[in-house]
Amino acid sequence: MHNITVKVCMGTGGIAAGGDEVLAAFNREIAAAGIAASVGKKCSAHQVGCRGLCAKDVLVDVIINDSKVTYIHVKPEMVSRIVKEHIIENIPVAEFVAGDDYHNFHNKQFKVVLSDCGSIDPEDIESYIAVGGYTAAQKVLGSMSPEETTDLIKKSGLRGRGGAGFPTGTKWEIASKQTSEKKFLICNADEGDPGAFMDRSVIEGNPHAVIEGMIIGAYAIGADKGYVYIRAEYPLAVERLKKALDDARGRNFLGKSIMGSGFNFDILVKLGAGAFVCGEETALIASIEGQRGMPRAKPPFPVYQGLWGKPTVINNVETLANVPYIVRKGPEWFASFGTEKSKGTKVFALTGKIKNSGLIEVPMGIPLRQIIYDIGGGIEGDRRFKAVQTGGPSGGCIPADLLDTAVDFESLAKVGSIVGSGGMVVLDETDCMVNIAKFFLEFTRGESCGKCVPCRIGTKRLLEILERITKGEGRPGDIALLEDMSVDIKMASLCGLGQTAPNPVLSTIKYFRHEYEAHINDKKCPAGVCRDLLTYQVISEACKGCGACLRACPAKAITGDKKQPHVIDPSVCIRCGACFDVCKFKAVKKE
Amino acid sequence: MAKIKIDGIDTTVAEGMTVLEAARNIGVRIPALCQHPKLTPFGGCRLCLVEIKGFPRPVTSCTTPVSDGMEIVTTSPTIERLRRTVLELILSDHPNDCMICEQAGACTLQELAYEYGLRENRFAGERRVYEKKDGNPFIERDLEKCILCGRCVKVCDEVQGVEAIDFGYRGFDSKIVTSFEDDLNCEFCGQCVSVCPTGALTGKQWAKHGRQMGVKETDSICSYCGTGCTITYHVKNNDIVRVTSKEDTLNEGWLCVKGRFGYKFVSSPDRLKHPLIKKDGEFREATWDEALDLIADRLKKIKREDGPDAIAGLSSARCTNEENYAFQKFIRAAVGTNNVDHCARL
Ligand SMILES: Cc1cc2nc3c(=O)[nH]c(=O)nc-3n(C[C@H](O)[C@H](O)[C@H](O)COP(=O)(O)O)c2cc1C
Ligand code: SF4
Ligand code: SF4
Ligand code: SF4
Repeated sequence: MHNITVKVCMGTGGIAAGGDEVLAAFNREIAAAGIAASVGKKCSAHQVGCRGLCAKDVLVDVIINDSKVTYIHVKPEMVSRIVKEHIIENIPVAEFVAGDDYHNFHNKQFKVVLSDCGSIDPEDIESYIAVGGYTAAQKVLGSMSPEETTDLIKKSGLRGRGGAGFPTGTKWEIASKQTSEKKFLICNADEGDPGAFMDRSVIEGNPHAVIEGMIIGAYAIGADKGYVYIRAEYPLAVERLKKALDDARGRNFLGKSIMGSGFNFDILVKLGAGAFVCGEETALIASIEGQRGMPRAKPPFPVYQGLWGKPTVINNVETLANVPYIVRKGPEWFASFGTEKSKGTKVFALTGKIKNSGLIEVPMGIPLRQIIYDIGGGIEGDRRFKAVQTGGPSGGCIPADLLDTAVDFESLAKVGSIVGSGGMVVLDETDCMVNIAKFFLEFTRGESCGKCVPCRIGTKRLLEILERITKGEGRPGDIALLEDMSVDIKMASLCGLGQTAPNPVLSTIKYFRHEYEAHINDKKCPAGVCRDLLTYQVISEACKGCGACLRACPAKAITGDKKQPHVIDPSVCIRCGACFDVCKFKAVKKE
Repeated sequence: MAKIKIDGIDTTVAEGMTVLEAARNIGVRIPALCQHPKLTPFGGCRLCLVEIKGFPRPVTSCTTPVSDGMEIVTTSPTIERLRRTVLELILSDHPNDCMICEQAGACTLQELAYEYGLRENRFAGERRVYEKKDGNPFIERDLEKCILCGRCVKVCDEVQGVEAIDFGYRGFDSKIVTSFEDDLNCEFCGQCVSVCPTGALTGKQWAKHGRQMGVKETDSICSYCGTGCTITYHVKNNDIVRVTSKEDTLNEGWLCVKGRFGYKFVSSPDRLKHPLIKKDGEFREATWDEALDLIADRLKKIKREDGPDAIAGLSSARCTNEENYAFQKFIRAAVGTNNVDHCARL
């Protein structure tokens, strides 16, 4: 008798690509084929969370006895063939099956936090329990003291995954030593960096791991109330989290005297309104307290005076999701991955000009090159790699000659970037670095809470200077001005947002100064991105006089007789690039 | 108690005090715009940054509590550079209105710009431009001059308990707003005006009556109620140009709408300056002696003819406790009736 499972990727990415229709199609086809009755097979189709390779969604695993076949780019109309040929006749549909790059994508990864994501059903608590879920909480609550628990986490070397990399065990220890009748544990699921979706995917794919991590953390510090602060723009994650909390309460994993241990703990969900700054811990606390999400100065740190003035531990989603695995497999096991100071693995959202964009988990210390070329499969269209931006708006750009840099807290800081929460944007030769810096400054300028001067006005001024540079109005001295301002803004700002906002500017100046100089001195954008600096010209020798450009030009800037070389009038040209795109003979030159 | 060192000076201060307070205690001045001694610390203007040994970066002295053994440096080339940059950034988004600004001469920002000698601005760029729309008779809000120090928000919340205003929007677009950005519609106590370090909040009646030069300040007691708040009249050319109150008064510098803005009566032509006695349907000026004699005669006559209960005394909240006491004593003991009441009960 066969055991057949079909797993359909139903993370936000999977659903956007049509995952729910694919799952419905499977259920329909399986029912129609009457498999259970007629063939005598045990077969089920269910949803799973994101398993990473979002670029190839919808991903479907068909597992027959223990052999797994993965299909990529699955559409509902492909389902009937998969059911008929693979499930009924046991012959996988070769043309739909994932190729080498799917396997390369996975080979260099190592999954701890994501180990059950994409394999268990996130909406079914039994599915988590079946893979060992809640045994860690049971062990801690049943047989360990709070001190032993913090010691275990300290020994694992786990550091916060929310950005700053603060040792989690130490944070818990400080909180556990505070005498207070009330303490809080907050899970930070605000995740506001552009392009980041690590925490969302963890909650969508395995919400119970986060809950279990919170139970263990709360026990260690002595908190009886927890919050998950999650942005309202994550409706699927919120829904799955709420269901998971209900199910956990139903099994007494939350509530009074959890699993008979005498330890009480419950978790509330707080929805954030989507301000990046509310991920900053003191702003997050203000937001939960019902105030405007503005950070306050530290010290005092939240472990001493946090929510409602009480000792409060704030941990990132990924930090907490690591905890049950560390307890189950032991701190030594966890510490065996990574580098001396950065233990374990880190989840990254790999995006940008990369072939295999998606969610990855790698051991700390892996060289950037392996992430980009082995896991990511290299640059889209095999263009030339230019830089990789890590750490989102707080991070920096790392150029090609530093591609062998190890990905860990210390090494990335040394080259002027950060691990951050795990955004990783790959840039190629068609990206203008001044424009990239401008992109991030647009973000931070808009997300600054407005409380302190250097960030509120400083980011605006940085952006203005970058804007004028990309418009060809850069002035001599602008680079030095950008650098001076950046240093002062970093040093004078109140919170991490302002203290890191200039990083994209500083790192692009450091490694790509020539691009800034080309914009300012020669009024040229070497990557051909900054529209105001581009010129379009017809190469007469190559022009066949087909007239395609003439018809495409919305500004009527092109003249020329049939079969004669055409000419662009630069004073009329609005630099939209329509002629460049439409010319079949590559006769339009853009520079 | 915490033993600390500020700019090389050893001092012992109470635990829980902020570094800024400790420095001021020993006469070390640290510039600040958002800090106010009566309000909770904000930490937004970043001018009070100091270096503390062992801290990885400069911190705001207004928010940092002292701790034993702290070594604090309140001025250094780095600190002064940061303060200068911060001021220059503020001024890059500030109308250069000092020529015509009501607050010139009493403006902390202007004073700091003077101190740091800031004229040219490396950061000159877009400024916030707002349409003024307050139709209220008391408070002029020129938010283009606002530096978002938050003092007005805090005083309204922490002292007045009204919460009429708060921060709205984000980043460069941040703005102090009323609900739904309507006209200001509150108690108009003007506490916010009194703590605003710039010309963003001023009294509507102050306009064009004269700025600080040549103003004579005269302390007085507000005559509106029995609390007796100490007020200071600012007088120029025999005209009251504004009313303020000093922080070391019994009312700690806080006033209400009447004391702060209700000063026009002083020079009103309708103001009653002498007793008037009506004769043949016409009021004529009289002396106090004449007026009091007349009242005494009439009271005695009514009491004699109709008994004391035909008389009632009504006192005023504008009198002091002592005056009210004397008045009820007079009605009860001298007149002989319990018919005495007070306007605050009406
Ligand atoms: C502007 C800003 C945004 C932040 N956003 C997040 C976030 O979205 N998620 C997060 O976990 N931490 C975020 N952080 C870091 C948190 O302040 C805090 O350090 C972290 O949640 C602590 O958890 P950890 O020790 O597990 O890393 C942000 C910090 C700053 C300054
Ligand atoms: S650094 Fe920016 S985000 Fe942080 S408190 Fe200051 S203005 Fe707000
Ligand atoms: S006048 Fe008084 S009540 Fe009105 S906003 Fe100012 S402080 Fe608040
Ligand atoms: S109006 Fe005045 S007190 Fe209020 S925030 Fe602006 S500058 Fe500060």
